[in-house]
Order: sequence, then structure tokens, then C-alpha cells
Amino acid sequence: MSSTQILLIVFLPLLAAIIAGLGNRALGNTAAKSITTGALFASCLMSWPIFLGFLNGSLQETVVPVLKWVESGSLTFDWALRVDTLTAVMLVVITSVSALVHLYSWGYMDEDPDQPRFFAYLSLFTFAMLMLVTADNLVQMFFGWEGVGLASYLLIGFWFRKPSANKAAIKAFVVNRVGDLGFMLGIFGTYLVFQTTSIPDILKMAPGMSGSTIGFLGYRVATMDVLCILLFIGAMGKSAQLGLHTWLPDAMEGPTPVSALIHAATMVTAGVFMVCRLSPMFETAPVALSMVVFVGAATCFFAATIGTTQWDIKRVIAYSTCSQLGYMFFAAGVGAYGAAMFHLFTHAFFKALLFLGAGSVIHAMHHEQDMRYYGGLRKHIPLTFWAMLLGTLAITGLGVYHLKLGFAGFWSKDAIIEVAFARGTDLATFAFWMGVIAALLTSFYSWRLMFLTFWGKPRWIESEHIQHSVHKTPEQAGEDTTGGYHPHESPLPMLIPLGVLSVGAVLAGQVFAPQFLDSAAFWAGSIFYNENLIHRMHAVPYLVKYAAFIVMVLGFLGAWYAYIRNPSIPAKFVEQFRLVHQFVYNKWYFDELYNVLFVKPAFWLGRIFWVKGDKGLIDRFGPDGAAALVVQGAALAKKVQSGYLYSYALIMLLGLVAAITWVLV
Amino acid sequence: MDTATSFALIAPELLLAVSSLLLVLAAAWGGDKAARPVTILAVSALFGAGLLLWPVLHLGKVGPETWAFGDLLRADAFAGFAKALIYLAAIGCLVVTPSWFDRMKAMKPEYPVLVLLATLGMSLMVSASDLLTLYLGLELNSLAAYVLAAYLRNDSKSAEAGLKYFVLGALASGILLYGMSLLYGFTGTTSFAGIREALSGEMSNGMLFGVIFVLAGLAFKIAAVPFHMWTPDVYEGAPTPVTTFFATAPKVAAVALTARVALDAFGGQVDAWRQVVIFAALASIVVGALGAIGQNNLKRLLAYSSINNVGFILIGLAAASVAGASAMFVYLAIYVAMSLGSFVALMMLHDEDGRALETFDDIAGLSTKRPALAWCLLALMFSLAGIPPLLGFWGKFVVFQAAVEANLVALAAIGIAASVIGAFYYIKFIKVMFFDAASPATVADSTRAHWAVLGITTLIVSPLGYFLTRSFGDLGDKAASALFLLP
Repeated sequence: MSSTQILLIVFLPLLAAIIAGLGNRALGNTAAKSITTGALFASCLMSWPIFLGFLNGSLQETVVPVLKWVESGSLTFDWALRVDTLTAVMLVVITSVSALVHLYSWGYMDEDPDQPRFFAYLSLFTFAMLMLVTADNLVQMFFGWEGVGLASYLLIGFWFRKPSANKAAIKAFVVNRVGDLGFMLGIFGTYLVFQTTSIPDILKMAPGMSGSTIGFLGYRVATMDVLCILLFIGAMGKSAQLGLHTWLPDAMEGPTPVSALIHAATMVTAGVFMVCRLSPMFETAPVALSMVVFVGAATCFFAATIGTTQWDIKRVIAYSTCSQLGYMFFAAGVGAYGAAMFHLFTHAFFKALLFLGAGSVIHAMHHEQDMRYYGGLRKHIPLTFWAMLLGTLAITGLGVYHLKLGFAGFWSKDAIIEVAFARGTDLATFAFWMGVIAALLTSFYSWRLMFLTFWGKPRWIESEHIQHSVHKTPEQAGEDTTGGYHPHESPLPMLIPLGVLSVGAVLAGQVFAPQFLDSAAFWAGSIFYNENLIHRMHAVPYLVKYAAFIVMVLGFLGAWYAYIRNPSIPAKFVEQFRLVHQFVYNKWYFDELYNVLFVKPAFWLGRIFWVKGDKGLIDRFGPDGAAALVVQGAALAKKVQSGYLYSYALIMLLGLVAAITWVLV
Repeated sequence: MDTATSFALIAPELLLAVSSLLLVLAAAWGGDKAARPVTILAVSALFGAGLLLWPVLHLGKVGPETWAFGDLLRADAFAGFAKALIYLAAIGCLVVTPSWFDRMKAMKPEYPVLVLLATLGMSLMVSASDLLTLYLGLELNSLAAYVLAAYLRNDSKSAEAGLKYFVLGALASGILLYGMSLLYGFTGTTSFAGIREALSGEMSNGMLFGVIFVLAGLAFKIAAVPFHMWTPDVYEGAPTPVTTFFATAPKVAAVALTARVALDAFGGQVDAWRQVVIFAALASIVVGALGAIGQNNLKRLLAYSSINNVGFILIGLAAASVAGASAMFVYLAIYVAMSLGSFVALMMLHDEDGRALETFDDIAGLSTKRPALAWCLLALMFSLAGIPPLLGFWGKFVVFQAAVEANLVALAAIGIAASVIGAFYYIKFIKVMFFDAASPATVADSTRAHWAVLGITTLIVSPLGYFLTRSFGDLGDKAASALFLLP
């Protein structure tokens, strides 16, 4: 692991983004796509040896200084790239998924007129994300943090001619600002307390600070709790946790590859990464950790409930992401940072797979995203079907404990559920139950998605997109509910990533579980590692170990019964529990609540400032008033200049008299 | 001091006086055909007189060794600097004149002679250190100027301009003379040094009246508000070469004379007149700017612009310090270049029949028809607006700096704010030339003399002009020091 290698991994995507972004049309589609994709594959190929090196213990943590940044009094920090086990894990996740998504976009974005811009944004995002995970100090991490936020904004609003895309982009940006405020305050506070922004220094000093108090909003509170809660608010925004989650479903307005890369595999996990990176600090803050557990567990349950009712295929997966992030957070909160990172790692593969698979379905179905108009696609797009099936098996966590055999999700999610039980505190037990229920719901909504999409009879002709394509109305189509439409399997550039990710979804858990979960030597101090807790995790009762498996089967059966065996059930259920369904279907009314609480008052206040303050006060007496005065003055000057000698002479004499009077008085 | 030394000190004036008399004879003998040779000779005489200034300027002479005829005239560095500017401006105006009058077959040999006589008057004005020599120079200049304004006597506008200028000038002259007689009556002397000494104690009301009347009379010459009313009408009515001349050389002379009177003769009683000057400065800036905004005629607009510029110059006077005086001279020099350039550009705007194009409508889209001319005007207008990196910015900068150093922060702030109004119509020039649809009027070719003067003035106001600032500032400092009798 040379420093050149690390520099190349991080800066190749930036270089590619600059070339493709500035070259744009002059460069042409193929050149721009080749440069960015090539750069990402190069980054990816250089990242894996580093990860494998840490895996077999042959590499030590390294810091590569890049540039001096700020030196102002006692405030000094530089640009430096820090690579340790934690970073190495993130490096492979980011570069692999990003490289595959770049490749996938060759097919998915093939007909888009703005391809160079799209690929430049993707590469820019990757660079920012790499800066975030290699950050050696909090300010540099914040740079990456904001960089991914910017790239996310640009990519959600990539189709900027669509008003809904613009709205979603702005919403994502604004909601993230709320979280960022917390993060910023956290950084300021950390600097205030520790007099440094260097992450290793802070982590070294953090244990000594536990027990100290600080004045905050007029109260004496535990220093570390305040700092960690503020930092966690930042994490909540970026990782779409309960309360600050509203932007993530709307972000699905972006192109599907973006959803896979940013809103599933990488950016949204930045919050989890941050908590793990600062885990020694969080360990000194019990209140903050409780909050992490609670928020994580609540999100995990809440998002899963919504996932069961949505019709848009991407939104289902988006809520699923939200829910899985909840798992990661409560794992971190109970002290199993390794398990959190492990779930982050496996989740990146199977969630990217699910999103890209969904993209492939959407591509096949002429941009229709509503699952009500799918059905029976299994035979038409078999490769996509198999990839999605593997992804579903991975997320639902199929695996048998006694055989030591299972898909990726089995290893990571079950570990989280077990460790929450092993922790034993009230809050951890709450998290355990939430996790189990969410696992049931996960299985249900995942299989619901599969059944609605790939099984049953085609319902395609109901879709307006399909109607446009075949130029028929449902009446004209009659009995033939396909409307004569022929879904086609996606091109090779889209299928290769699906294949690679399928391998990851199947094997990532099986292969890496020993190191991620059980090896303190693997983590080598890059995260807080609670050896005792892991031992207790392995010693939980068999019922706990099988709990996730049981609910998974229950979820599968429920979905099978409701959507294959007896498809009239869902409608009856909705009829029976109208209120509950409405509540869940409308996403617990969070958007409506925020609209009333924040958006409307903000608009109201803004309008007052604009109409009364800006136009009525500043403009009226400022620029506009001055301009009007000048016009009046000019008219007056013209009037006085009458052309008559006597009036000129009079003015001269009046001026003289005035001057004399002034001097005398 | 013997008479011979005194004559040596006024050598430039002697040269101008003798050559103007000789040229009158030449003009009388030669008739209209002699117009061009007489012009050339007049330019040569001005050039020669300018060369005679070299020692004074170079050595920065000051004090009794420069006093001629028992301190009636002073040939010090201050006078030298002002004269150099006046001669240069006069040369510039004469060079561009013949081809303009030729268009209406009106070029006559009297014209250069009148300019020469006016210049002689100005020379005396800036040298004067006695009320009598002051008045002598002023009237010599004014009488020549009245005739020049009415030079195209068959043109009703030109005749009207001459008449208005004469009547109002006579009124101003009366005010000035009245002030002088009061001063003489209360101080018993007409020499500046004597007046300064007499004013040094408690001032009587009579003295105060005298001071204000004299300053008012001079304010008419520099066209400061409220004694500016003649300016737009005369500038518009007079033939453009005459307007060019009015806007440059006499302005220098009048400002220099005012500076000498205010800072030397009345230098002991700065507080008595400072408020009046501040008022005149601000009023000139504002009225000049407001007046210009309403104008469609470019000559009239530039007339208001000159009123506006005088306001900025008076800010330097209000500072009543060496730095302030130096800033005035620097501003003045830059103003002369900008003014000469923009009026010459106006002269170049005429159609094939010789009809002058002097409204905004005529110059619409000039950049497509005459790009070189439009770009020169662009530089001149941005410079007049005081936008860096053009030289006009530096002039405003030094003036405001002097005001701030003299603790006149409010004055500087208001001046800066008011210059924003001025920027409006200068930039309107550029907008009309570059962004409006081209007018149907065709613009005829220009002569080399016009191009030369326009080119030189544009170069001076361009960022290249900053190479001049060091020697300029140096000369300005020497002149200002001489005014305060500092070695």
C-alpha cells in the first residue's frame, strides 16, 4: 500500500469528473463514459488489494499527507488521507459499487442526451465519498460530507426539467442541512473541548473526558453526551433516520443507478460510518448511545411498516434501505460496531443489487415503476429475475444456523438481532424486538415485491407508459392484459453488474463473517471492539438464533398467501383496517406534519420578509427610492434650466445671497 | 528686483503676446487663405512658450526669486504646472479645429489668434498675485472667450451662446470687482500677500463680504453650482471646437486662480470659506449628475459632466491642504485629457454632409459602424465614471484621499455616493453605442489630426496612464508646495 496508490484511488475519480464535466459535449458521450468508468475501475482494482491486505493482517494503518489547509492560531488541520481497516472496508464498498454503477449506467442512461454530465456527477460523488471515509480530521470529513450532499442534490435533480425531481432535490438538500447543522455544532463543540479536529487525537483524549460537564443552552450536561448527540444528528440526516428520513423516498426521483449508488450502498451509510469511526468517543457517552439505539430501532420498524404498503418499486426498496440503516445504528448503539459495519458491507451488495435489478425491471417495462402494473415478468426477463431473487434471499436473510450456511443478510442481520438480545439492557431488548418484527416485515415486503413483479398474470396494459408504447387503451386490448407489449431483457452492461453483485449478495456474509464479527485483530483498533459482548452474542439461546429465520419464513408465507394464493386478501385487509392502512400508507403523515410545522411557517415568514421587509422597506427606501429621487431631480434640473437669461442671473444672485447669509450666520 | 529679471520671468507670456500681435497682422494681410499657416504658427508659439516653462517646472521654483514686478506676478512651480496644462490643452484644441470648421468653410485666421490671446489671459490669471493682475488676466481671457463663443456669427445658436456668456460674464465680473473693492477698502492693499496679512486677525463683515464676492466671481469662471447656469447653453450653442476649448484650458486657469486666491490670499481664514466651497462642491456634483441624466444632446450632457467634475475638484480645494491642492491638480490634468478626448470624439461624429451627430439617437449602435471610435469613447466614459483600472479612478481616488486626510470624511462619503449617479449616464453612453440597434445615420471618416488627439488622450486615460502617475503626482506635489510657499 503505497501513498501513490492511495492518492490515485481518491483523486482519479475527481480527475475523471473534471475532464468529463468540463469536456462535456465537446468530449462526446463515449469518451466521457470511458474516462469516468475507467477511472473508477482503476480505483476499484487498487482498493481490493488494500482490503485483502488488512484482512490477512499484512497492512498497518497509514496516513498520507496531501496539503496544508488551515493554520490559524491554535486551529490547524491539513488535507491528509487516513487508511485503516475501517477505511479499507469503505474503500472497497464505494469503489466496487461505484464502478459497477458506472458500467450499469452505460446501458441504463443510453438514450439520455446529457450523459457526460451524469457520469461527471457520479465520479464527483465517488471522490467526495472517498474523501469522507479517508478523512483524518473532522473538517475534512465535513468536506466530504458536504461534497456527497452536493453530488446527491445534483443527481436527484439530474432530470431538472421534471418539477418533481427539482422538488425532491431541494427537499433532500434542505433536510440534510438540518442534520448538517447538528454535525457542524458537533465539530465546533469538539474543537472547543479538545482544541483539535484531528480524529485520532480526539479519540485518544475522549475517555479522559467522560464524566466532565459543559454548559449547554443554560443547563449543565455531560460533555461527551452533548457532542455525540450533535454529531449523531448529523448522521441521522445523512442516513435518513426517523425524523430526518423524509428526503430519502423522494430522492427516488433521480435515475435508478443513482439510487443504487448513493441512496442505498454508500452515501446513506456515511452516518453509520461516522458513528463507527468515532466509536471510542460514543462509548464515553451513554445517553447518546441510548439515543442511537432508540432511533435506530424505531427507524428499523417504522420504515419497514411503510415498505409493506407502497406500490412504487423503488420506494419499497428505499424504505427498505431506511429500515436496514436502522439495524446498523442500533447495532452500533448497543456496542457491536463490527456488526454494524458488517451489515453496512453486505447491505451495500444486496441493496445495490436490488436497486439495479429494479432499474432493469423499469427499463424493461418502459419506465413504469408501479408494481400494480407488473406481474408475470419471470419468464420475460429471466436473468433480472434470478438476480432479484438472490437479492431478496440475501435481504430476507435466508440461512440455517446449524449448517453455518446462508446468504449475506443472514450473517449480518442475525448477528445484529442476537447482539441486541445479548446486550440485555431494556433499550437493547426493545431494539431486539423491533429488529425481529422488522425482519418479519422485511421478508413480507420483499416477497410482496417479488410476487407482484415476477409472478401472477401480466397487468401491464393498465400502465400509461405501456399504453403509450403499444398505442392501445385497456379497452382496445381486451382480454390480452399484456397489451401486446414485449418486455426485453436489459443489455450486457446492465447484466454484468447484476451478476457481480449477485455473487456478493450470496457470498459476502459467508466469506467475511469471521473477520468482521469475531476478529479484534482485523479491526486493529480502528473501531471500538467489545470482545465480551461478542462472546455473549454467540452464547444466546437457540430460539433467539432462529428468531430471524422463523419470522422470515412467516413473512414469506404471508406474502405468498396474500399475493399468490389468495390475491383478494390485501384489498379485504385494507377494507378492514382502513385507518391503520391509511396511516401507514401515508408514511405516518410525516410529510404532512412537517408541512404544517415547518414548511408553511417558513414560507409565511419568508413572504413577510420579502413583501414587507425587502420590497416594502429596503427596496422602497433604498434602490427604488433613490432611483425615483434621481429621476425627479433630473426633471427639476431640466425645468430650472429654462434658457432665460434673467432666471440664470437670478439664480446666481440668489446663490450669492445664500452664501453670504450662511457665512454671516 | 530689476526689470530685466522680471521680464525674464514672464518670458512665456511675452512670447505669446508678441506672437499674437504678429499673427493679427499676418491674418489681416493674408486673409482666409492664411488660416492654416496662422494656426500652425500659433501652435508653434504655444509650444515654444511651453518649452520656456521647463526650468520652473523642473526645479520646482518657489519664493521671492519668482516674483516679478514687485510681486504682481509669480512665475513659480504652481503657475508653471497650470500653464503647461493650459498650453497643452490649447494646442490640442487648435490641432483639431481647422478640419472641423473646414466642413462649413468657416475656418478663419482670427480663430487661432483669439485662442492665443485667451491663452495669454489665462497665463496671467494663474501667475497673478495681485487683484489687479488677476482681473487683467481674467478679462483678457473672458473677452476673447465671448468672441469665440459667437464665432459662427450667422448661426443663431452660436450667437445666442456668445451673448448669454457675455451678459452673465459681465454680471460675474461685476460681482468680482465689487468684492475686490471691498477687500481693498477694508485691507488697504490689492496684493495677495498683503490681504493674507490683513485677514489674519479677526475678520470684519466687510472683509467677509469681499471674500465671498470674489469667490463667487471666480465660481462663475469654473462653472460651479449655483454659478453654472450659463454652461449647458453656452457649451451646446458654441461651435464644438470652442466648447472643447472652454471645457479644458480656461477651466484649468480658473481652478488654478481660485486655488491661489483661496489658499494664498484667503489662506489664513480657511474656515470662513470652507463651508461655502463644500456646498458648491456637493451641489456641483449632484446638479451636474442630475442635469446630465435628462439630456439627449451629447454636448449638453458633457457640459453637465464638466460641472460634475468641477465638484470633485472643489473637494480637493475644501481639504485646504498640500495633499488636497496636489490632488486637485492631478484630477485637473486627468480631467483635461478625458474632456479633450470626449469632445474630439464628438467632433468626429458627423455624417457625409458635415452635419454633426450629437444626440444619443445618432450614436446608437456606433460599435458596429465605427468600432475604433466606439472603443475609445468606451474607455473615456468609463474613465469619467471613475471605474478602475482607468485613470479617472485615480483622480477621484486622490481627491477623496485628501478629503479623508483633512477629516472631511462625510464630504468624501457623499461625493463617492453621488458619483454613482454620474456613472449612470456615462454607462448609458456605452450601452447606447454597444447594445442598441444601429441608427440609420452614417458616420463619415475622420481626419488624422482628430485620430491623433483622440488616440493620445485615450492612451492617457487607459491603464497605461498609470505609468504617468508618478511624474504627474510629483509635479502636482511641487505645484501644491509652491502654492503654500513651501520649498
